[in-house]
Amino acid sequence: MRPFNVDQVRADFPILTERVHGKPLVYLDSANTSQKPESVLTAMDDYYRHANANIHRATHLLSERATALYEGGRAKAAAFLNASDTRTIVFTKGTTDGINLVAQSYGRSTLKAGDEILLTWLEHHSNIVPWQMVAEQTGAVIKVVPINEAGELDLDQYAALLSSRTRIVAIGHVSNALGTINPIKSMIAQAHAAGAVVLVDGAQATPHLVVDVHDLDCDFYVLSSHKMYGPTGTGVLYGRASLLEAMPPYQGGGDMIASVTFEQTLYNQVPYKFEAGTPNMAGVVGLGAAIDYLAGIDREAALAHEDAVLEYATAQVRQIPGSRIVGEARHKTGVLSFVLDGVHPHDAGTILDQQGVAVRTGQHCAQPVMDRFCIPATIRASLGIYNRREDIDALVCGLHKVRELFV
Amino acid sequence: MSDLTDLYQEVILDHNRRPHNFRVIEGATKQEGYNPLCGDRLTLYVAMAGGVITDVAFQGSGCAISKASASLMTDALKGKTADEARALFDQFHAMITSDHAGPTADLGKLSVLAGVREFPTRIKCASLAWHTMKAAVAHHSDAPVSTE
Repeated sequence: MRPFNVDQVRADFPILTERVHGKPLVYLDSANTSQKPESVLTAMDDYYRHANANIHRATHLLSERATALYEGGRAKAAAFLNASDTRTIVFTKGTTDGINLVAQSYGRSTLKAGDEILLTWLEHHSNIVPWQMVAEQTGAVIKVVPINEAGELDLDQYAALLSSRTRIVAIGHVSNALGTINPIKSMIAQAHAAGAVVLVDGAQATPHLVVDVHDLDCDFYVLSSHKMYGPTGTGVLYGRASLLEAMPPYQGGGDMIASVTFEQTLYNQVPYKFEAGTPNMAGVVGLGAAIDYLAGIDREAALAHEDAVLEYATAQVRQIPGSRIVGEARHKTGVLSFVLDGVHPHDAGTILDQQGVAVRTGQHCAQPVMDRFCIPATIRASLGIYNRREDIDALVCGLHKVRELFV
Repeated sequence: MSDLTDLYQEVILDHNRRPHNFRVIEGATKQEGYNPLCGDRLTLYVAMAGGVITDVAFQGSGCAISKASASLMTDALKGKTADEARALFDQFHAMITSDHAGPTADLGKLSVLAGVREFPTRIKCASLAWHTMKAAVAHHSDAPVSTE
């Protein structure tokens, strides 16, 4: 493992030398999607050049190579989450797909009318809508844990909302809109005491935090490769083996079966039961390379670096007249959401883009969070391991340009 | 490279700060418009008599481009027939989406928004009020109009 050095890390990400509108790229949109290191690009290119064939299906050498790489990716994902059993790792298209899988397979087969699904106000639309759909199908009821002015969950309300009717608790590990880190370990224990199973949306957590599903004792944990320096279109669902085994398949197709006749089909064992069709093999190879990349750096030091940049950004943006930071939780990572008096975030986004600064502006697929703070949108600067103070200086310089035009 | 001052001309910034016809018209046809990408929301009020738009106004929140576009549109629509309003929609839409620079039709004060065509991510902002107007004039249902 090499010591963390941001300049060295930056050199690993080819896109960071790109120029946009004639300016050096300042990428502050990693919560949207992260950039990819050379090793991920190379692994995927090598896969297609030297190993591409369909997995689990053929007797030839390339298929053996592809299968070994794909299943190697599963072992890497298991190690990444400290899951002891590779059978608990299901490859998906991403976090959204993982949540839909759990909602439609576990949720639809177990929920009854009047059962409760507990969500929070911080959730991304992808951890709301799949539950609304399954609630509609089963007659289950959705309850929502409120948040305070700082953007932290109201844990008293959480405890009060948990009851014997609660069947599923679905919580984000880290809020995509505000960056709040939720105390999920204690929340999971509370949910279990109430008899509920817990799904954790880890999309925004895995790029920053070391995740240990064994220690968390969660029932499901979902993540997206593309948020953690891997390719798009690939994700992981970790599920407790006993739950996955009891769950019906989500989609039918090839590879998820043991035997098919027109009279009866026997399903394959887990995790293959949940991986119908030819999967995103190059994506899994890329994800594996991203996991290797993260394993190769001192993650504790990387997080300390990111936290220092976030703290610097918070202080710098706070100094801009008319700025208001949205989401000031005590425990945050990776995200600075804010508004500027007299400036709509969308206008700020265009002007920042012209300075080479890429941020996201809008609702961040978290309309309830925006409604909670009575704002239509925010400007969101989000960090990856490659960001540094200079990026924040460029952001602040761009924000002064925005104010020149508008205020 | 497109220049920011092409997009944010002084006239646009003025309309953003002090939008014209930013009010409610009681009893007028009311139409909601919404752009989920950026959260822009507006309510358009169109009063018509004898096939002619007698008054038009809007309320809502949005970026400078969407507000200025709505403001300029309300100024331009008064006294127009429904057909003329639809024709203006087509001309305006062509102006903000055409690939090649240069004037398309002479749209008077509306032409300050021509710079939007250099900023593809902002075309929906400029067209939100116009799509809403088209629906209002057609006496569509109350379902919000979306530019998505």
